[in-house]
Amino acid sequence: MPAVSKGDGMRGLAVFISDIRNCKSKEAEVKRINKELANIRSKFKGDKALDGYSKKKYVCKLLFIFLLGHDIDFGHMEAVNLLSSNKYTEKQIGYLFISVLVNSNSDLIRLINNAIKNDLASRNPTFMNLALHCIANVGSREMAEAFASEIPRILVAGDTMDSVKQSAALCLLRLNRTSPDLVPMGEWTARVVHLLNDQHLGVVTAATSLITTLAQKSPDDFKTSVSLAVTRLSRIVTSASIDLQDYTYYFVAAPWLSVKLLRLLQCYPPPEDTSLRSRLTECLETILNKAQEPPKSKKVQHSNARNAVLFEAISLIIHHDSEPTLLVRACNQLGQFLQHRETNLRYLALESMCTLASSEFSHEAVKTHIETVINALKTERDVSVRQRAVDLLYAMCDRSNARQIVAEMLSYLETADYSIREEIVLKVAILAEKYAVDYTWYVDTILNLIRIAGDYVSEEVWYRVIQIVINRDDVQGYAAKTVFEALQAPACHENLVKVGGYILGEFGNLIAGDPRSSPLVQFNLLHSKFHLCSVPTRALLLSAYIKFINLFPEVKATIQDVLRSDSQLRNADVELQQRAVEYLRLSCIASADTLATVLEEMPAFPERESSILAKLKKKKGPGKLPENVNGSAEEPAASSKPDTACWWTSSPTSRLLLLLLLLLLLLRWRTTCPGEPSSLRPPPFAPRRSDVLLRLLRFICKNNGVLYENQLLQIGLKSEYRQNLGRIYVFYGNKTTSQFLGFSTAVSSSDLNVHAKAVEPVIEGGAQLQQILNIECVTEFCDVPVLHIQFRPPSNVLTPDSVCQSRYGGTLQNIEVKLPVMLNKFFQPTEMTSQDFFQRWKQLGA
Amino acid sequence: MQFMLLFSRQGKLRLQKWYVPLSDKERKKISRDLVQTILARKPKMCSFLEWRDLKIVYKRYASLYFCCAVEDQDNELITLEIIHRYVELLDKYFGSVCELDIIFNFEKAYFILDEFLLGGEAQETSKKNVLKAIEQADLLQEEAEGRV
Repeated sequence: MPAVSKGDGMRGLAVFISDIRNCKSKEAEVKRINKELANIRSKFKGDKALDGYSKKKYVCKLLFIFLLGHDIDFGHMEAVNLLSSNKYTEKQIGYLFISVLVNSNSDLIRLINNAIKNDLASRNPTFMNLALHCIANVGSREMAEAFASEIPRILVAGDTMDSVKQSAALCLLRLNRTSPDLVPMGEWTARVVHLLNDQHLGVVTAATSLITTLAQKSPDDFKTSVSLAVTRLSRIVTSASIDLQDYTYYFVAAPWLSVKLLRLLQCYPPPEDTSLRSRLTECLETILNKAQEPPKSKKVQHSNARNAVLFEAISLIIHHDSEPTLLVRACNQLGQFLQHRETNLRYLALESMCTLASSEFSHEAVKTHIETVINALKTERDVSVRQRAVDLLYAMCDRSNARQIVAEMLSYLETADYSIREEIVLKVAILAEKYAVDYTWYVDTILNLIRIAGDYVSEEVWYRVIQIVINRDDVQGYAAKTVFEALQAPACHENLVKVGGYILGEFGNLIAGDPRSSPLVQFNLLHSKFHLCSVPTRALLLSAYIKFINLFPEVKATIQDVLRSDSQLRNADVELQQRAVEYLRLSCIASADTLATVLEEMPAFPERESSILAKLKKKKGPGKLPENVNGSAEEPAASSKPDTACWWTSSPTSRLLLLLLLLLLLLRWRTTCPGEPSSLRPPPFAPRRSDVLLRLLRFICKNNGVLYENQLLQIGLKSEYRQNLGRIYVFYGNKTTSQFLGFSTAVSSSDLNVHAKAVEPVIEGGAQLQQILNIECVTEFCDVPVLHIQFRPPSNVLTPDSVCQSRYGGTLQNIEVKLPVMLNKFFQPTEMTSQDFFQRWKQLGA
Repeated sequence: MQFMLLFSRQGKLRLQKWYVPLSDKERKKISRDLVQTILARKPKMCSFLEWRDLKIVYKRYASLYFCCAVEDQDNELITLEIIHRYVELLDKYFGSVCELDIIFNFEKAYFILDEFLLGGEAQETSKKNVLKAIEQADLLQEEAEGRV
C-alpha cells in the first residue's frame, strides 16, 4: 500500500490525484487541472511567503500535471528556490522538477548551477548525490561547462564515499555523451582505471561503464584497463555463488558487471600479451561451459542472467575473431538455442548468428544450421523472429546454397509483411545476381520477384536485370522468351511490362521465328497493356515500338498507325507526345540503314558498383546490414543507369583532373574567344562553340580522336607523351570531293615549344593530310597552344552530304582551333612512402 | 539505455525517464507511437523488437508495461533483468507494489529509479544497497521534519 507513513504525506497531492482519476471525461479532467493551475498560480504570486512544505506540494502537483501531458509554463522559479532548502525532500522535489521540465532561461540556469555547486561542496553525500543525479539527468551544455572539470576530481578523490563515486562516474559518462569536447582527459584517467580494482562492486560497475564510453573516444588512455578487466572477470566467473553475496542475482555471479566487463573488452583487439590472452580464453571457455550445466533455478531470471553473460561472451568472441575453437563452440551453442522453447532465445540466437556468419572461421559451421533456419522462417509465429531468420539466410548465403536460400526467400515473400517486403526484394536481387552461375536462373528469379511483389521492386532492381541481359549474349534469347510468356498472364505487374517492353524491344528478334511469338503477336501483346500503364511505362513502350519498326519491317505500317492516332500525337503528356511525333517522323523519313544505326542494339554497360547494395545499406542504416561476403561474384555487371557521356565517370583521378582543368580552360575560354575565324565572313555551318569546347575537353583524358569538324574539314589527332615531350599527329581530312588549295598551318603557343613540320599546300578531295607536331614542355603553363589553319576550298563545291549544298565561292578559310595540350599530359606518377606523402601534404596547408 | 516508459494497458503513461536530450514534442510523439506498437503485440511474442533504429525490450507485469529502448550494441537479456530488478525494488519498497502505488507516489518511483540507473546505466546492482540508500534518504527527511 502507499508508503504514506514513510515521511511526507502531501495529502493535498493525493487528493488531487484522486480527483483527476475520478474525472469521467477528458473535458472534466482539463477543467479540474485548470482550476488547480489557477490556484497554484495565485498561491505563488501571493503576498504570504509560502513555507517549504506547501511549495513542495505545489511543485509536485505541477510535475504531476506535466507528466499527464499538459504544458506547464511556470513554477521553475519556485522549484529552484526549493533547491536551497536544507530539507532533503524539498530539495529532492526541486531537483526532480528541474530535471523533468528543462528550462533554457539563462538566469534560471545560473541559479540552478549555483545550487548544484553548493550541494557538491557540501560534503554531505546525500546532497552530493542529488546534485550529481540532477547533472546526469539534465546533462545540458551549460552544466557540462560548469562542472566537467569538477566531477573527475570528486570521482578520484580518496575521501569520496562509494555511492558518490558511483554517481560521479555515471554523471561524467552522461556529460561525455552530450558534450564530449568539454570533458578533458587528464591525470585522473589513470585513477579511473584503477577503480576497476575497487572493493565495492557498485563502484566497479559504474567505473566500467564510464571507461567503456571514454575508451571509444580515446582508446590509448584506457589501454591498461584491459588487463584489469580480464582479471576481474575471471575472478567473478570462477567464484562460488556465496562469494559475491549481494551481487549474486538468482545464483548468477554479478551478471551486470560481467556483461559490462565483456563490453569493455570489445572496445579493444585481443590482448597481445600471451598470458593475458590465455586467461581471457579460459574465462570465455568457463562461461561457455557453464551454459551447458543444468540450471540452478527454474526461474526465468536465472536463465536470463546466465544467458545474458553468455551472449555477451559470444559477442566478444565474434569481435575478436581469432580463436577458431571458441568460434565453433559459440556457433554450436547458438545452434542449440535456435530450437529452444523460449522465443527470446531463438530471436537472440538468430541475431548473433548473423554476425558469426561473416567470420571466415565459423562460416561453414553456421551453414550447417540452414535447415533449422528455414524451418524457423516457415513456422515462427512472431514476425520479428522471422525477420531475423531472413537476415541470417542472407548472411549465410554462398555459392553452395544460393539456389535453396533464394527459393525459400521467394516463397516467404509471398506471405510476408508489407513493411519488410522491399528489403527482402533487394536482398533476393543481390543474392541472385551475386551467386548466379547460370543466368537463366537469375532472370527467372527477378521475374518471379516482380510477379510476387511487383510494387516493392524498386527501379534499381529492374534496371539491373536489363543491364545484365544486355551484357550477356547467352541469356538474351531466354530472357526474351520468358518475358514474352510472363506477359501473357492476364494481370501482370507494371514493372513486368517495363522489363518486357525493353527486352522485347532489344531482343524480340531472337524469338520472332516462332509463329507463337511473331512480331505482330509481340506487338499486340505489348500494346494490349499500353492503356493500363503509367506515363513512364508508356514512354518506354513507345521506344520499344520504334525498335520494332527497325527490327520487323513487316509490322511497320501497323505500328505507324498506332503512333499516328490522335491519342498519341495529341497526348496531354509532353514526353509521350514528343516521342510519338518524333518516332513517327523518324520511321517515315529515315532510310533502313539510318534507322538501323540509330536503333542499334544497346552496347554493353560498363562495370561499376552495385546500386542495389547501396540502396539496401541506406535502408537498413549503417552497421545493421549483415555482410554477405561469401565467394567472389562473377563479373559484377554494371548497375547504374546508362550514361550518355561516360567520360565523366571513367575514373576518380581523371574526374579530379577534369574538374581542375575545366576551371582553367573555362577561364581561358572566356578571354580568348576561340573557334571564331579571323576572316570577316564566318565559315558557313561552323560547329557550335559548345561542341568545340566539349570536344576539346574530351581530350583532357584521351589522346586520340576528332578535334574539330565542319562541312569542309575534319581534324583528327593522335598524340603520345613521354616525360616533358609530346608528339601530336594531326590529320586533316578533306570532306569535299575537290582539292583544297593553299593549305597552311601555324601553331602559336605562349609557354610551350612547338615545332610543326611543314605540310603540303594541297589536299585532294576526300584525302587526309598528316602533320607532326613536336612539343616540349619547359615550364608550367596555363594556355593551350592554338592551331591556325588557312586554306582555299574550291568554288561551287558539292559536299558528300547531298542534303545541303553550299557555295563557298573559293573564299579563304581561316580556322583557329585550340590544341588539347594540357598540363596533365606531362604528369607522371611517382612513388612515395606514406610518411613523405603526409609530410608534403601538411606543407601544402601551411 | 535511451529511455524507459511505464504505461498501462489503456496506454496511459505512468512514468517516463529519458536519458537522451529530446524536445517535448519529439518525446510525445515517440511515446505515442511506441505505446501503440507494443500494445498491438500478442502475448506470446518475444520481448524484443526493432523499432526505428533502436532495440526495444519490454515486459508486462500485471497491468503495467515496462518498456526500455536500448542501442544496437546493448545486451537485450540483461536489459530484461534490469526491468525485473526495478520491479523488485519497487516491490520491496512499497510492499507488494501495484499500479496505484506508482500513480500516487510517482515521485518516489523516480527517486528509486535514480538510485538504480543513472545516465542510462546501472549504477548499483545490489538490491540491498539501493534500498539502503533510499531508506537513508527517507530517514534524513524524517529527522529534518522532527518526526523521529
